This record gives sequence, structure tokens and C-alpha cells, in this order.
Amino acid sequence: MERDVRHDYEPKRLLERIGHEGPDLAAVSSSRSVVAGERALPGIVEDVLNFALTLEYLEAEFYTMGVGAPGLLAGTPREVFDLIRKHEVAHVALLQGVLGSRAVAKPTFDFTAGGVFADVFSNAKTFMALAQAFEDTGVRAYKGQAANLMGRKDILETALRVHSVEARHAAQIRRLRGQKGWITGSSRGDLPEAVQAIYDGEANTFQILTATLGGGLGGSPGDSEAFDETLTKGQVLRIVRPFIRSNA
Amino acid sequence: MDNEETRARERVDVALGGSRREFLKMAGIAAAAVAAPAVLAGCATFPFGHGSTLNFDQDWGVLNYAYVLETIEADFYNLVIKSPPPDLRPGELDVLKDIAVHESVHRRFFKRALGPFAIQQPATTFATIDLRSRSGVLNAAKTFEDLGVAAYNGAGKRLKLAEFLTIAGKIVSVEARHAAAIRDLLAPLPRDFVGDDIVDERGLDRALPPEQVLDMAAPFLKTQVTAINL
Repeated sequence: MERDVRHDYEPKRLLERIGHEGPDLAAVSSSRSVVAGERALPGIVEDVLNFALTLEYLEAEFYTMGVGAPGLLAGTPREVFDLIRKHEVAHVALLQGVLGSRAVAKPTFDFTAGGVFADVFSNAKTFMALAQAFEDTGVRAYKGQAANLMGRKDILETALRVHSVEARHAAQIRRLRGQKGWITGSSRGDLPEAVQAIYDGEANTFQILTATLGGGLGGSPGDSEAFDETLTKGQVLRIVRPFIRSNA
Repeated sequence: MDNEETRARERVDVALGGSRREFLKMAGIAAAAVAAPAVLAGCATFPFGHGSTLNFDQDWGVLNYAYVLETIEADFYNLVIKSPPPDLRPGELDVLKDIAVHESVHRRFFKRALGPFAIQQPATTFATIDLRSRSGVLNAAKTFEDLGVAAYNGAGKRLKLAEFLTIAGKIVSVEARHAAAIRDLLAPLPRDFVGDDIVDERGLDRALPPEQVLDMAAPFLKTQVTAINL
């Protein structure tokens, strides 16, 4: 069955998909199978990779613009963000390579989110705050999709290797900003309320295996910090939607 | 509790229940055969010996592997914060204390989650590490965190149950956060949090196979841990 996935990230369609399919996009598309270049990718895997590609497009362009913005970054932050930029650009190339002709096009981004972050490329504090928001989102987004890649172990392993690099980025940016490298409860720290959805649910300390075999772990801050939580595809798309102006 | 969570728990129960039946069956055979190693290799715990065998054909073998690695980390950090090196710099002990809590939570989580399938908690040793110096402690911490990340990244594809993979994912990103923080404390250069030794030019972290990870972990284990069915 053919479907032009590129349209999924156009804001109107995005909302339709979220509304109709919610977090359970996987089940809807799991029966499809498409051909990417020479290799057949299960439909569910293709969907996850295009979802990941959209997030990587966002990060790669964000850092490319930030590092290129005159006077925005200097010294250690500049070096750190340039390195992160290289990784995100590499992730885009990697995903495009796997997806071949099935890769979604890069959307047009608005990193001010309609003016909420108007000084994102002129004020290093705003830029670094958004960088933290994007990285913490990316970690949760990849984690939420891992199980949908179980049918392709090679791709799953690659995705896990990207996931932990995003987590390293997140920790470093948090520390550059004077925050702990890990997330305590569902606290967004000093970030604006506009990004709270990125941290909602992080306070969870009720892990299913433990629950099954008797009792939660407790409720101390460490119990929550010790586990990063997942976000569904729908939750992630709602978070990034303000930053997507249109599909290219 | 919603229906989705109920169904997820049922799947976990079924998966562990299947393992339990196999475990009991193998334990019965083992008792009858009086410790023939080839038969015992199917068991999580070596009932009559001083080592543990991890059967990577089973999800609980993979989870016990994580339990071993979390035990090394938890023991290490608890030792460090009990008697910190005198030359730690301001703020560094707080980072190590946080990590000690996280690793202890991870270990407790696996022990409880595995229940009767948990191997005997391995005994650890850190005799090769200079625990009295900042450099000795932070470099060892870097090794453990990077190894943990590579171990989870390499083991994820071996898990059969989606819920277990998701749980592993929830833990590995925290290990990666630790790794970056420790590397940042040590770093002579800003780029060291994702050094070339662990992140390649494609922007990918390491993924290591269990046998290699266990070889690297062996100096810190008094208990022999062997992987089978890789």
C-alpha cells in the first residue's frame, strides 16, 4: 500500500494523525511493507525511521544555524555545539541512507516557535535552553520507538547507538547550563513552562517488572532519576509541532 | 490501571512464567544428574559451584547480565562515596553520590524484577583501582559507564519481550548521562563527553557483545560469570 509519508509532518495532517491514531501509530501501519532502495523495510520500521529523521532534521538545522549565528556562541559552548551539530548531521545522513527514496523531506522549521523564543539565535541562553529541550525530547522519543524496531535487529541496534549519543548530548548541555545531567522528577528546571510537556511523566517510579513482582521502588528523587521515561510518537509530535512551519 | 497496562503486565507474567517452568525443569534435571556441567548450563545459578551462567537464549539471562553490571557499578560507587578520594574537586562528590543512588536503584530493580530468576549477587573487587585518588576513581567510573552503555546497546536486540527492551532503554540513557558527566569532570577538552574513543564518525555510540563486556568486567568480579548461547 502506498502512502506519502511526507505529508504526515505537515501541521494539519500532523494533528489529524495525532487525533486519529494517538500513540498507537505502530499498530495501524504494522501490516504494510515497502521497498526502500534495494531493501524491504517493514512499514512500521519505515514509519519509526521517518519519525526519527524528522527529529534529526530539526536538531541538525537548529545546531547548524546556532553555530553559524554571528556572535551567538564562543569558547567551550561553541566547541560542544559544533560537535553535537556534526553528530546530528551524521544521523540525518544515516537515516536517509537507510530509508533511501522513502525518506521524508525536511520540513521548514521555525525555531522561534511563532515568536515564543524570538531571540533563539541572538541570545545564547535561549539557544542553550532549547538545545536541552530538544535533546531531552530526542532521548525520550527514540526510547519510545525501540520496541517497534524489534523486527529488524540491525536497525534496532543502530537506533540504540543513536539514542545513547542523544543522552550524552542532553547531559552535557544540561551541565553547561548549570543543571544536573539527569532529570529529577518531572522538573523542567529553569526552562520555560512552554516546554513542560517534555518532562511530564518523568517522575514515574513504577516500573512494570517491579510492579509485577511486588511493590514499586519507592519514591525518592533517585528512583525517578535512575530511569528516563518514554514519550509516544503522538506526544513528541505535539511537542515539536510549534517548531515546524510547513512541509518542504 | 488502564487496559493497555494490564495487557502489558500479562505479557510480562507469561514471559517470566515460561522461564520459571524451564528453570524448574532444568533444576530438576540438574539435581538428578548431580552437577553435570553440560546440563547445568541451562540454569541461571550454578547450584553447587561458585559461578553463574547467563543463558542469552532467555530474556532473564539478558536481564541477569544487566544485574551483574549494575552490581559492579553500585558496589563501586558505594565504596567511593563511603570514603571519597581527598583530592576530589568541589561539586564532584555530589555527582558521584547521585550516580551511586541511581546504580543502587538499578541493581535493586533487577533483583526484584528477576525474583527467583536472579542469579546470586556476584561478589566484586576493585583492587586494581586507586580508590584514594580522584584520577583513579573518575577514570574507573568512566570505564564502567561507557562499558554499561555499550553493553546495553549490544544486548537490546537479544531481548524478546518488548517491555524488557523498553526498560533497558530507560536505564541505558541514564548510564549515558552518567558517562557524559564523568567524562566532563575528567575532560581536558570540551569534546571529551563524546570522545572519538566511544562515538564514531557516524555519530554512533559503541555496542559491544556480551562475551567482550564480560571479559572487560572480569577483573572486577570475584564470582565467575559465563555467557552461553550467544
